[in-house]
Amino acid sequence: MSLLNRVMSGTFMLFTLLASGVWANEPELSKYNLRPGVTENSQRVFDLHNEVAWIMLIVAFLVFAAILYAVIKFRKSAHPTPSKFSHSTTLEIIWTVIPMLILIYLTKPAIGLLLDMEDASKADMTVKITGIQWKWKYTYLDEDFEFVSELSTPASQYEDYARTGTEKGENYLLEVNNEVVLPVGKKVRFLMTSDDVIHSWWVPDFAVKMDAIPGFINETWTRIEKPGVYRGVCAELCGRLHGFMPIVVRAVTQSEYDQWVAQKLEEKAEAARLAAEAAAKSWSMEDLMEMGKKVYAEKCSVCHQPEGQGLASFPALAGSEIATNPDKIDEHTSIVLYGKNAMPKFGDQLTDAEIAAVVTYERNAWGNSTGDIVQPGRVGELRAGN
Amino acid sequence: MAHDHHPTGIKRWLFTTNHKDIGSMYLWFSFIMFLIGGAMALGIRTELFQPGLQFFDPNTFNSLTTLHGLIMVFGAVMPAFVGLANWLIPMQIGAPDMALPRMNNFSFWILPFAFTLLLLSLVPQLFPDGAPNFGWTFYAPLSTKYGPASTDFFIFGVHLMGISSIMGAINVIVTVFNMRAPGMTLMKMPMFVWTWVITAFLLIMVMPVLAGAVTMMLTDRHFGTSFFDAAGGGDPVMFQHIFWFFGHPEVYIMILPAFGIASHIIPTFSRKPLFGYASMVYATASIAFLSFLVWAHHMFTVGMPVAGELYFMIATMIIAVPTGVKIFNWVATMWKGSITFETPMLFALAFVILFTLGGVSGVMLAMTPVDKQYHDTYFVVAHFHYVLFPGAIFGTIAAVYYWLPKWTGNMFNETLSKIHFWLSIISVNITFFPMHFSGLAGMQRRVPDYNMMFEGFNQLSSIGAFMLGFSQLLFMYIVINCIRGGQGKATDNVWDGAEGLEFTHLPSPAPYHSFEKAPEVK
Ligand code: HEC
Ligand SMILES: [Cu+2]
Repeated sequence: MSLLNRVMSGTFMLFTLLASGVWANEPELSKYNLRPGVTENSQRVFDLHNEVAWIMLIVAFLVFAAILYAVIKFRKSAHPTPSKFSHSTTLEIIWTVIPMLILIYLTKPAIGLLLDMEDASKADMTVKITGIQWKWKYTYLDEDFEFVSELSTPASQYEDYARTGTEKGENYLLEVNNEVVLPVGKKVRFLMTSDDVIHSWWVPDFAVKMDAIPGFINETWTRIEKPGVYRGVCAELCGRLHGFMPIVVRAVTQSEYDQWVAQKLEEKAEAARLAAEAAAKSWSMEDLMEMGKKVYAEKCSVCHQPEGQGLASFPALAGSEIATNPDKIDEHTSIVLYGKNAMPKFGDQLTDAEIAAVVTYERNAWGNSTGDIVQPGRVGELRAGN
Repeated sequence: MAHDHHPTGIKRWLFTTNHKDIGSMYLWFSFIMFLIGGAMALGIRTELFQPGLQFFDPNTFNSLTTLHGLIMVFGAVMPAFVGLANWLIPMQIGAPDMALPRMNNFSFWILPFAFTLLLLSLVPQLFPDGAPNFGWTFYAPLSTKYGPASTDFFIFGVHLMGISSIMGAINVIVTVFNMRAPGMTLMKMPMFVWTWVITAFLLIMVMPVLAGAVTMMLTDRHFGTSFFDAAGGGDPVMFQHIFWFFGHPEVYIMILPAFGIASHIIPTFSRKPLFGYASMVYATASIAFLSFLVWAHHMFTVGMPVAGELYFMIATMIIAVPTGVKIFNWVATMWKGSITFETPMLFALAFVILFTLGGVSGVMLAMTPVDKQYHDTYFVVAHFHYVLFPGAIFGTIAAVYYWLPKWTGNMFNETLSKIHFWLSIISVNITFFPMHFSGLAGMQRRVPDYNMMFEGFNQLSSIGAFMLGFSQLLFMYIVINCIRGGQGKATDNVWDGAEGLEFTHLPSPAPYHSFEKAPEVK
């Protein structure tokens, strides 16, 4: 489409929309309006939104109509001698009182809805959500397993600095590697917190938006009524990749949910077994480098960049003191385990073998050729505080 | 005249203590900042024209949104209003000049340094880790523990701007309370003076709070305190409370003087006195008072106790009442008038209409349960741009068109100014109206990239933004052309039936020292 066409059709679209009632309760219009969503609260929020939007539009149009009438009726050519009145107590009382009544009318349903939205008591299950630059960690407190969920749209889709235009999937920027799975019909309590800066977990279909604040725990809840896949985003500016930390929730029936939990627990046991095995074994340089390269690409390159060259406040690792000085191997490992200032901790996301591998990789890639090898056993010792 | 001996060339501007010279410097400074901030907005809109990252790294994009906001708020809107105050208040109250002329000079000359500090953060040789990138609201800990090194320049820049604003505010208050012409009681003061005095009190109350916030940031960053760090016993949410205790009155600082401006222009071109002068004054004062009691409506998702959320919702909705009074009074002023549509009137009308739109979306945002959906989306971006662009900026433009003939003694080019008006009003709506939709549909703010479903709206906004930005160059041309002679001499009254001492008692152009002898006000 040519630019002009886009402008014309866009403007036209805007006005037909306005005319045809943007706030109509039709799902296909949700491109222009809030979504009714799939919870009782989201539906109530949607209804209240429509109501207040209509009332406000009517108020605005009444004001506009009065202005239009005045500028036509009382333009100089039509009304050459102005009247001189400059106050009217009656009028002033009327237009103070009527807005007050409208506001009181609107406040009443809002209060009831708010009280319900804030009441997270008597929940059937609890999921803790931790914002981490730029991914979400979900901890199922009742079943005791957790996983990290991050953007799965490949960088090749969004990095278009050559401006050639890239092919994009339907759920571009709204897809993740590990979906959160929740049962329908159950009251799910969310506990929100953060490991670094403030994030905000927002799924419009649930009308849930709650800030994840480092050092504090916030509480909110939802009860999903319909199975399906619901997408959301981080709503609070949280640094470089704020626009790239989506949320995907898959709501399923209770039996499917139980199955999924069982599978997660199995995976967890299996992973623990593999990690223990890996930690016990002595690794060769090749194996560590191969695994380290993978871990680095997945977890570290967003900040430290693919060639370890760093970017803005994320330090370079290629040629850096910490990654080349043979006396700093433990310090290097500890930073990855526990984090430092703006560097996130990875101790809870990576196994001992993975940490050993990524540290080894960083000490032997991009021209860092120390020959140092870190074994998982040493990572385990550092974790234990030796 | 013996009084008119003053230095020429650069010294005139460096050492001037004259309210008109200082007013002009503020206004030009503001316009330059408006162009710089506008260029950044166009950078943002270029990146957002289509999905995908085409031009900026996300970190640079965040710096653009941050600096765009800071420059527009502190560099464009606030200095524009101080510039207008300088030009107009002495003339409107029958005084020769501002009460504290040297301080006046100082408070202006701080600004170029403050903004140089802020803009230096863009120089990569100085700051390899980039410019401030945490949004104009600079929430901790993104701005403290995670802020780039240039954050410290930002902090000192904000301190300087604050000092400048406080001095400007003190000057307005002292001038208005001490230098009014005999007979001009408080309840006879022109509305612009009233709105500015109230604004000045707001400034004096909140700029120190902002200074406190950035000082705490500084000590958190460098001196081991933990005001905003939970690990040391602090609270990142406390930052937001402090910031918005400043920030909400700040919103009114950026609109009250525009209310005053509309209250001059609408009566003049309706040939009828302002309807409900007293209720206008009381409404302005109550808006200002309430603005201290509603700050946390910017924070409905931080997890406040429900009682707090209820309180802030109700208090916020109450503000709609005095705001409505102002709008109804303007409409009533036009009622049964004899209206003509010179350019200042067109801008004032656009101001009333579009500000009303921004106002009604404000009531929607005040409702806590639904705000949880709107918060941090483009719906909010649409709302505050509707009150700021057609509000603060159209208000300033209307004022410039209205008083320019008085300032320069020349009429501006009416045809061009009407073209400027129509370009501006069409493009401002193309830019900001679609943002309501993209926000409701789920697009969060402060992101450099988005899903394809938002593409149409973003393209409209980008096209509108370029039109809007470039139309303002026409405004610059019209003003310069008017200063250089324009369309011939203006009469002393300028407009048919303009009220106010500046129009009834002073020639056009107004003399260098406005009133050598105080006029008598009946
Ligand atoms: C969210 C961005 C981010 C991610 C992801 C990240 N880092 Fe870092 N990293 C940082 C920052 C910021 C620092 C600087 C911390 C400081 O010194 O204040 C840092 C510092 C380091 C250092 C110390 C550098 C020095 O010279 O002191 C090492 C080693 C390191 N990171 C390794 C890693 C590894 C390994 C990974 C992946 C498992 C990783 N980082 C992932 C942001 C990140
Ligand atoms: Cu985030």
